[in-house]
This record gives sequence, C-alpha cells and structure tokens, in this order.
Amino acid sequence: MSYPEIRPDSGRHRVSDQLQLQSMVWPGLIFLLVFAYIPMYGVTIAFKEFNLMSTIQSAPWVGLSNFKEFFDDPALANTLRNTLFINGLALIFAFTAPIVLALLMNEIKFNRFKRTAQTISYLPHFLSWVIFGGIVLEMLAPGKLIGSLMHALGIFPEDINLMAKGKYFYTIYTIISIIKSVGFASILYIAAITGIDQEMYEAAKVDGCNRLQKMWYVTLPSIAGVIVIMFIFQVSSILNTGYEQLLLLQNPLNLAYSETIETYVYKTGIAQSRFSYATAVGVFISGISVLLMLTANGVSKKLLDRGLF
Amino acid sequence: MKRSDNRLRLRPEPFDYFNIPLMILMMFVMVYPFWYTLVGSLNEGMDYIRGGVYWWPRKFTLYNYKAVFMDTRILQAFWITICKCVVGTVSSLLFTSLVSYAITRPNLKYKKVYIPFMMVTMFFNGGLIPYFILIKSLHLYDTFWVYIIPTLFSVYYLIIIQSFMRELPNSLVESAKIDGASEYRIFFQLIIPLSKPVLATIALFTMVNHWNTYFDSMMYTNSQWLQTIQLFLKKIITDPSVARSLSSAAAAAVPDQAVKLTPQTIKLATMIVTAVPIIMTYPFLQKYFVKGFTMGAVKG
Repeated sequence: MSYPEIRPDSGRHRVSDQLQLQSMVWPGLIFLLVFAYIPMYGVTIAFKEFNLMSTIQSAPWVGLSNFKEFFDDPALANTLRNTLFINGLALIFAFTAPIVLALLMNEIKFNRFKRTAQTISYLPHFLSWVIFGGIVLEMLAPGKLIGSLMHALGIFPEDINLMAKGKYFYTIYTIISIIKSVGFASILYIAAITGIDQEMYEAAKVDGCNRLQKMWYVTLPSIAGVIVIMFIFQVSSILNTGYEQLLLLQNPLNLAYSETIETYVYKTGIAQSRFSYATAVGVFISGISVLLMLTANGVSKKLLDRGLF
Repeated sequence: MKRSDNRLRLRPEPFDYFNIPLMILMMFVMVYPFWYTLVGSLNEGMDYIRGGVYWWPRKFTLYNYKAVFMDTRILQAFWITICKCVVGTVSSLLFTSLVSYAITRPNLKYKKVYIPFMMVTMFFNGGLIPYFILIKSLHLYDTFWVYIIPTLFSVYYLIIIQSFMRELPNSLVESAKIDGASEYRIFFQLIIPLSKPVLATIALFTMVNHWNTYFDSMMYTNSQWLQTIQLFLKKIITDPSVARSLSSAAAAAVPDQAVKLTPQTIKLATMIVTAVPIIMTYPFLQKYFVKGFTMGAVKG
C-alpha cells in the first residue's frame, strides 16, 4: 500500500498534481486579467486625449479637461435630472413593489392559486427588453389599446401618442419597469418570509393581532435585513439605468426626458467616438455611486444597526 | 381532525376579498401584453391598423408568420442567435466550471491570492468605453467570437457553482486519485456528472442571457450577418425604414397578399417567434432560476 505517498499533501506526486490543478485556474485568471483588469487600467484615458490611432499608454495626458468639458456641457443638467428622476422613482416604487407583492402573496391561503400567481408574475422577467418594450410601444401607439382606453375613460381629450409626450416618460418608464421586474424581484422576499418562525405568528395571534398587524409587526421586521441589503444595492446603482430598455424607448420627441447618463455615455463614446470624454463621464458617475453606497451603508448601520459591510 | 383544521383555515376572510382580485389583476397585467401581441400577429395587417384588435383576431391570417420565415435577414439573425446561444453556453459552462472545480480543491496552492484577485472584479470594472477599446484592440470587433470569448468566464457563476461543488463529498475525489485518475479525468468523469443540477441552472441562466440581449450585437458588431434577432427586432421597432423594408420584402415574397401586409403585424409575429423558445423552456426556467437566484443571493 503506497497510500501515504499519494495523499495530496505528501511529497512526490505533488508537483504534477498541482500543475494540473493550477492549469485549471490559470485560464480564469488570464481571462480576468484581460477582460477585467485591462479595462480598469483603461479608465486612465479619462485623463488623456485618446483616439483609436493611439494606444492607452501613448495618448497624451490632459489632466481634468475632459471633466471640465462635461461640467460645461449644456446637456449635463437635463441628463442628470433624468437620471435622478428615473432612478428616484425606481427607488420609491420599483423597489417597494416586490416587497408589497411578497407580503400579499404570503397572505394567499390557497396554495395552488399562490403557486400559479407566482409563476405568472415572473413571465415578463424572462422576455427580453426588446420584446417587452416592443409590446409596450405597440400598445401605447396612437389609436391602440392604451390611448383608446384613456380616451374612452375621458382622461385625455383626444387620442394622443403617449411616447411622443416627454412629460409622461417618467411615469410610463416606472410602470413598465415595475411590471417587468416585480415578480422576479419578489422571490427573495418570499424566500425570506418562508423562513420566518411560525411561532411568532401564533404569539401575535394570542396578543390579538389581525392580519395587517401581523404583516406589520411580524413579517416586515423579520425580512428587514433582506430589505436593507437590497436597498443599499439599489442606492449604489441609482445612477445606472439600463441601456437596453432606455435605448429602446427613446425617440427624438421624448429625448429631453429619456436621456440618462448611461445612454449619454454610449452615444458620445461609441456613436461619436469621443472616448476620453465619455470615459470621464463614466468615472464621475462611478465615483458618485460609490459615495452613495457608502452613505447608504453608513446610515443604515447607524439607524438600523444593519449594513452590507 | 387535521382536515377540519384545514377547512377552517381556508375560509375566506375580508382581506381575501381584496387580495385575491388584486392578484388576479396582477396576473392579467403580466399575461395580457403577450396575448395582445399574439392576437395582433394573427390578424391581417391592414385590418389591424384600424385598431381595436384586443381579444381575438378579427381577420385571421398566418401570412405574417409566413413573411417572417421568408425574410432571409430574419432567418440569418435567428441562425446567428442560435449559434451564439449554443456555442456560448457550452463553452462558458465548461470554462467556468473547470475553474470552479480547481477553486474548491482544498490543496490548491496560492488560493489566498486567487480568490481576492477574482472577487475584486465583482465590484470594480472599467466601464463601457475602456471595454469597447479592449474589444477593438483584441480584434474581436465584428467577429462571431465577440459573442463567445468575452463571456467565457463569470465570477458570479463561479460562486454559485463552487458553492454546490463544495458540498460534494471530498472522499470521492480522494478515492479517484488513489485509483490514479488525473485531475482532468476526475473533473470530466466525476465532478461534471455529479454537478448536473447546478450546471443545468447556470446553463439556463447563460442561455437566456445570450438569447435576450441585443446590446452586445449593437456594440461590438457591425456586419449584417452577425446581427442577432434581438438587435434586428430592436431596429424594426425603433427605425421606421427597417420596418418598411420588412413588409416590402414580404410583399415581394407573397405578391397576392401584398396589400394586406403591414410592418406592424409582421413585427408582432417576429416578436412571438422570438419569444417562443423562452415560453417553451419556461417551466424549467422558473424552477431552476428561482433556485439559482436565491442560492446566489445567499452565498454571494
């Protein structure tokens, strides 16, 4: 029996064994070096004047001039306002909707109905933004379902093109993001609710709580930890809206209300090839996101004694 | 005794009269847009323009679908998307699970260096533009491989896979080693079959992502033959000239129906065809996704 020699930590076979094992990890490390770390280094072009003729290294340093250009840009005010409004609304409504849905789902006592409702609530999540957004645009088009319905209900005097009216963009965007994500986002909360000790409810019942009170005094505090973590995540991404949905829903008529920092970076950087400028905008936004996340984390630690780290 | 308890519990309370209709409304809102699209896609184009096709096709036709399947651009886009999904999913699954396996081995040297090296990339990235420059300088721009290579490895999936593999009994690997199996053999013949549940979850994750995104195709490709179905749909939706070209191509293919074809209904039919793979895999999707999502959230 040569048993002790073959044990992984013993002498003779270790080198070749470990080489094989190591060769399994290295591709992953090389991948990250190229696709994650090189772009991180590439961020330096925010402080340079880069074009596709030069390399990241050879481009001349220009200090903060790209940032200055951004602050002087007349588009800044609108873009920043849209980003804050769209995400602020998401923080208020799209963030709370899954919590409310999870609470309501939890109150359904008929199990089969509950399972069906849950399964159906995920459906929009799995359809791509192109399909979902395309359907929404089709339903909002003049003379189609929503417009006619609003007209019939007397909300609008005439049948209008809702997507061409910039002032409705925030509302429309918020509603459709809720429909798309609410079911899937509620999964985490439902999972957390399932883990609550049933005895707490029994105790609450003895104390004379009705269903709403149980929800408020037992369920909500029990899932507060999950809510806080999700909230900090949401705050840290407050300046990142999705490109896919926004580029789809934008049109020249609503652009004043639908252009956000992210789509602006895409358009200036890729479409206009202003690489350094767009990177500077991106760096600025990432900096603010990190600050926001740290603030949210600090506040929640102070007030609720809970945080992400 | 238990049964009567149950019946007592199931008696509706006032709150249910509010909650159940609300949930039914929720389900309606989730499903109806899809139904609306399906009905529209089965309706004659010229008739659809008049509006009011909400519940059932008014003038039933299958020509919209015929138009979809006769458009060479759409077929090419489907073909590229399928290739992207299959090649992308298989290769990234293999790549990521191989690294995951090595990371779970307790005797892996320099693990204390590797793990932070990987975790950092979860929190920091270079952003859109430096990444775009990288793709350009690697000469991946406008090639098929731009869909495959940059998505080969994902630290997020690694966390999920390795948390599953960690639970596998270590003695299995040890005894295979005593029998003289190499690490690669252990990985392919032992670990992969045992990790099927988690690999299925990740495969679904990856496949749905590959199928649903249009951003990669828009950002990193330029040639018509590389455009994915989602990108082509996006162009139909946002660019009226592309939409018009759709119906004129269809009209050329089926001249006797030309007057009844419109870009709108062909667009709806394309959406339905694009959604079908997702709908068909939906039972698996919702089962595995929920598991994977909660798993990733707990461990990550």
